Amino acid sequence: MKISKDDVKQVARLARLRLTEEEKEKFGKQLNQILAYVEKLNELNIENVEPTSHVVPLTNVLRKDEVKPSLSEEEALANAPERKGKYFKVPKIIE
Amino acid sequence: MQYETVIGLEVHAGLSTNSKIFCGCSTKFGASPNSQTCPVCLGLPGVLPVLNEAAVEDAIKVALALNCQVSPYSKFDRKNYYYPDLPKNYQISQNYLPVAFKGYLDVPLEKGTKRVGIDNIHLEEDAGKNIHGGGADAGESLVDLNRAGIPLIEIVTQPDMRSLEEVEKFMISLRDILLYLGVCDCCMEEGSLRFEANISLRLEGESRLGNRVEMKNLNSFKMVSKALQHEMRRQGEVLKEGGHIKAETRLWDEEKEVTSTMRSKEEAHDYRYFPEPDLSPLIIKDNWIDRVRKAMPELPRERKLRFSREYKIPEYDAQVLIADKYLADFYEDTVKLFPEAKMVSNWVMGELLRGLKERNINIEECLLPATHFANMLNMIKKGAISGRIAKDVFAEMLDTGKEAEEIVKEKGWSQMSDEDEVSRIADEIIEKNPQSVRDFQGGKEKALGFFIGQVMKVTRGKANPQLVNKLLKEKLGKLK
Ligand SMILES: [Zn+2]
Repeated sequence: MKISKDDVKQVARLARLRLTEEEKEKFGKQLNQILAYVEKLNELNIENVEPTSHVVPLTNVLRKDEVKPSLSEEEALANAPERKGKYFKVPKIIE
Repeated sequence: MQYETVIGLEVHAGLSTNSKIFCGCSTKFGASPNSQTCPVCLGLPGVLPVLNEAAVEDAIKVALALNCQVSPYSKFDRKNYYYPDLPKNYQISQNYLPVAFKGYLDVPLEKGTKRVGIDNIHLEEDAGKNIHGGGADAGESLVDLNRAGIPLIEIVTQPDMRSLEEVEKFMISLRDILLYLGVCDCCMEEGSLRFEANISLRLEGESRLGNRVEMKNLNSFKMVSKALQHEMRRQGEVLKEGGHIKAETRLWDEEKEVTSTMRSKEEAHDYRYFPEPDLSPLIIKDNWIDRVRKAMPELPRERKLRFSREYKIPEYDAQVLIADKYLADFYEDTVKLFPEAKMVSNWVMGELLRGLKERNINIEECLLPATHFANMLNMIKKGAISGRIAKDVFAEMLDTGKEAEEIVKEKGWSQMSDEDEVSRIADEIIEKNPQSVRDFQGGKEKALGFFIGQVMKVTRGKANPQLVNKLLKEKLGKLK
């Protein structure tokens, strides 16, 4: 698999990152190196290995369905860059 | 050439748990904006989500009711996208190993039954609510995160539905199951049941699926039907003109009643799903499933069988009654008080359903308590009102919520069983209609009907019909 410059652009767009042409070039190269490194795994026979979905040997960490106090509205909105009344305010979302 | 419609649904059901799926915030609807949030559901850095056990149990219940296999091992993934109602910039969902898969629902149709396959059921968190317009000025949107983190199950069907009827009946059957299970209040206005539909057309006999269009924004049963109808027509016209259907997402515009291309959001592979490292895998062993199965409430299918058995009503009646949980509850409550099961079902299926439809309300919105209904049926049985008057009384009851007895008293509608009074009226009518008397004497039995009709008209339906019949026969017989 080879990462093209378009792939870098696309991934950057999805992550909302603005990259310069130089950065696109540079990160493309680095991403390709990383992928090449990871591809080494393909040399291993993993036929009988279950896919790892989790590295911590824990299962079924559950909580009872109990309501706990929430933050106050003021606390919840404390970090909002902008607010209006009790709402977070954001630039208009166009569908 | 005939086209075949191929439809699949994705149903989001908000679960009726007390707390959110990964934190202890309340799920109560209608609270002041952003008053039910915490660091977890606000997506603040460094917090740890912990799965709500009740949400898992609800998912198992739905899985069992939809004949699904419950996954012995499932896990959570992050679905990444940017939207202001999603504070973490990812939604925790189950993409690779959902909690249940491969089931089906047998949907009763007008004629026969349709089996709709269930591809999978997965657990996920809801997003917050964006407000455009209303309190928001031009150029801004407002965000309320109370809904962020409310547990959802998404039920994904196979593309098995072939007509609007199948889709409509599927939605109703599914809603009833969710209501019977008590896992979702299915309140569409509050967004606790939401639909997305995918639809494609293909030439009849073709086995490959055509390009499918996904439709979002369908917030009521009617909207699903209207949007699908519109889309069937649109695709049919495009294909007939030799055009090509683009695989895309379209939004239903309720005001204009059209679908239109949605400004392209991310494609599926753009969601960059990856395993959610903050949540442990979920292992559901058989004993857990058994425990849930034992605690399952009666489902619509079982209730239908019980209705036929216990109340000895026809299968058709049972089907109509159980098709709406609240209607079935109302029926049972009434039969407990007035144990003539068939008479009750006739009234429920006839006057009650018609009355609700005319008023464009459903049984929960209706003012009529089962006790009042049972009392009215009792009045008919005792002959205090005629069946005909009862229909008017009943309409009043639906509108006012009053007792039948009160209405009858107010309107002076009680049945006239006073033989002298009815006799006097019958004599008057016989006297005024010599021609009809001759018709009757000439052997025209129909003339009797005319006289009965006249008496009922004069008494405005209050005369006891059996009494009228008896008296007229006697009187006309004597004249012979
Ligand atoms: Zn919370």
